[in-house]
Amino acid sequence: MSSREEVLRRVREALGGDRGVRPPVPRGYARRLTEAEAESRADVVALFTERVADNRAAVRHVGADEVGTAVAAALWGRETKQIVVPADLPFGWLAELDGVRALADTPALDLDTLAAADGSVTGCALAVAQTGTVVLDGGRAQGRRALTLVPGYHLCVVHADQIVGTVPEAVGRLDPARPLTWISGPSATYGIEAARVEGAHGPRHLEVLVVED
Amino acid sequence: MTASSPGTTPSSPRTSAPVPLPMPKFATAARSALADTRSRRNLRGAAAALREREAAAAAEPADWDDLREAGRAIKDDTLLNLDTHLAELERAVTEAGGVVHWAADAAEARRVVTGLVRAAGAAEVVKAASATTREIGLNDALARMGVTVRETAVADMIVQLGEDTPSHLLSPAAHRDRAEIGELFGRAVPAAGPDPAADPEALAAAARLHLRDRFLRAPVAVTGANFLVAESGTVVLLESEGNGRMSLTIPETLITVAGIDKVVPAWDDMEVFLQLLPRSSTGDRMTPYVSSWTGVTPGDGPRAFHLVLLDNGRTKALADETGRTALRCIRCSACLNVCPVYERTGGTPYGPVHPGPIGAVLTPLMRGVESAANASLPYASTLCGACADVCPVLIDIPDVLVHLRGKVVESRRRRPVPTPEMALMRGLAWTMGDPRRYEAALRRGTRWARLLSRGGRIRRLPGLLGKWTEARDLPAPPAESFRAWWDRTRT
Repeated sequence: MSSREEVLRRVREALGGDRGVRPPVPRGYARRLTEAEAESRADVVALFTERVADNRAAVRHVGADEVGTAVAAALWGRETKQIVVPADLPFGWLAELDGVRALADTPALDLDTLAAADGSVTGCALAVAQTGTVVLDGGRAQGRRALTLVPGYHLCVVHADQIVGTVPEAVGRLDPARPLTWISGPSATYGIEAARVEGAHGPRHLEVLVVED
Repeated sequence: MTASSPGTTPSSPRTSAPVPLPMPKFATAARSALADTRSRRNLRGAAAALREREAAAAAEPADWDDLREAGRAIKDDTLLNLDTHLAELERAVTEAGGVVHWAADAAEARRVVTGLVRAAGAAEVVKAASATTREIGLNDALARMGVTVRETAVADMIVQLGEDTPSHLLSPAAHRDRAEIGELFGRAVPAAGPDPAADPEALAAAARLHLRDRFLRAPVAVTGANFLVAESGTVVLLESEGNGRMSLTIPETLITVAGIDKVVPAWDDMEVFLQLLPRSSTGDRMTPYVSSWTGVTPGDGPRAFHLVLLDNGRTKALADETGRTALRCIRCSACLNVCPVYERTGGTPYGPVHPGPIGAVLTPLMRGVESAANASLPYASTLCGACADVCPVLIDIPDVLVHLRGKVVESRRRRPVPTPEMALMRGLAWTMGDPRRYEAALRRGTRWARLLSRGGRIRRLPGLLGKWTEARDLPAPPAESFRAWWDRTRT
């Protein structure tokens, strides 16, 4: 008997007559933010901003026509010389760069180039207000996962209409067939005295630009 | 002297050799842990910090109890239909370009993983987020074939450098303080410099630097998983450092080892567990990094993905109608942080499967109660119930502990030679079965007991009974028993 058959046989034998019973799953939990948490869109965006800051990431609001300036200012503020970006990043986001070299990931950059870069700039698939999370799924303006992982700094541009209220809303909108990365703050470790310390193996700094359309 | 006496065991559990076989009983193993006051102080601080964070995080959502109810029901539903979900998971992973392997026990899982590492021609593997690989003893198996294993989480790295055993599920080096970690790094981590400051941020930065190149060059990664979504074939991994992301993104070959209890039926079920787990484990609203992948994605991440599904006793636990509820466990470690026993002994005495209250039920459920070590685990508890209060999937751990104590007694009843305790209980049953025998024994016993007492307390009982007074005093019985008093005054 193969191990597969053996394990499945053991499972069936262990369950005996209980096998196949479907206990009801009560789903009384909240799927959306309550009115107390957010009455309007503006409240959802405000909650997201507050929670991103709680996660110890930098967060700023910009108008739709200011993205290029804001990206350039953020990179300038971090003394960034070279960044890596997905090939399909909107051109306008990098239009104001001055003294920063942006390498597009096409053809795919090698790991040493990623490691030598000071940061990366991407968009996201959606963001979650309740938890202050940005989610990347490798779709438009996001690139492959290594881009936002190897460099020490990640600048993520979030359009206000990409922000959902809750985790259930986010799960419902995401496609599990795509590689997903939920990012809530910079890399952190609980490995030393079980206290949260920022800056382990992932990006040490996360910055979020919220674009109000 | 027996092996359990303090004089013959190493003063620190951390410098001792890997846990020998057979594993010592909980009380024996705990003795050396209890003697290490520094480790106890560190662990107490870590548990308290996490406990507070978790309590605050669980108090925030108004629907927390609804989420727990849903989590419990989803897991029960999964377990009662586990064979169907496992077959579905296998199909979905395979369709997405992954390869599924089945391992009935630890030896088979080791064979599968070492075979894959050999086939990849790797001399070094990076490892992340896997208590399961510890359960199957993978590091030793890889070391024997000449493969270097790099533990990549900061705490796992500390444990590996110090040749310790992990003391906590979430924070395996919780028994070490920053000064000790600084010393370790000074010896073994060139990136930290010769005399690193005992500063957590500097130490984390040194760990980052130390492993950076190794991540970028490693051909193979081995990880664990938090959830396996049957419907879509998706693996979900929560972590905070980014070592998990590195492992599942950079190397060409990714091997994930996961227990068959990690399955959830549908992707939508993640809406519950992505709320329960972060808040119950680190006390975050969301763990810094949640990664999920389904098979392989061309142009992004590994080219080969292998999923090893491990039984290794889980079906044995599943066969126990009361005990199977423990398989709901999502390994958050909240029960460790509230446990008065764990807080003092740390993780080592619980053995290699899982520490803390959940380990005290899972280990005997998965491995049986025949060995003295496993049989001792259900007794490693005061039954205070704090674990059940915090469990995000509502496992009634004290109930399962009591159930397992019953099984321990049952298994001993069948032995040809009764244990001393059993013999004593049988003697007591005979004595108490007859009023005259009982009264005579009471009179004699009272006289002897009063001879042994000093200042109203008995500090040490003779012979085998002495085990009972090792950790507690016995009040001396009164000069006259209730029955004697009744006879004297009322008749």
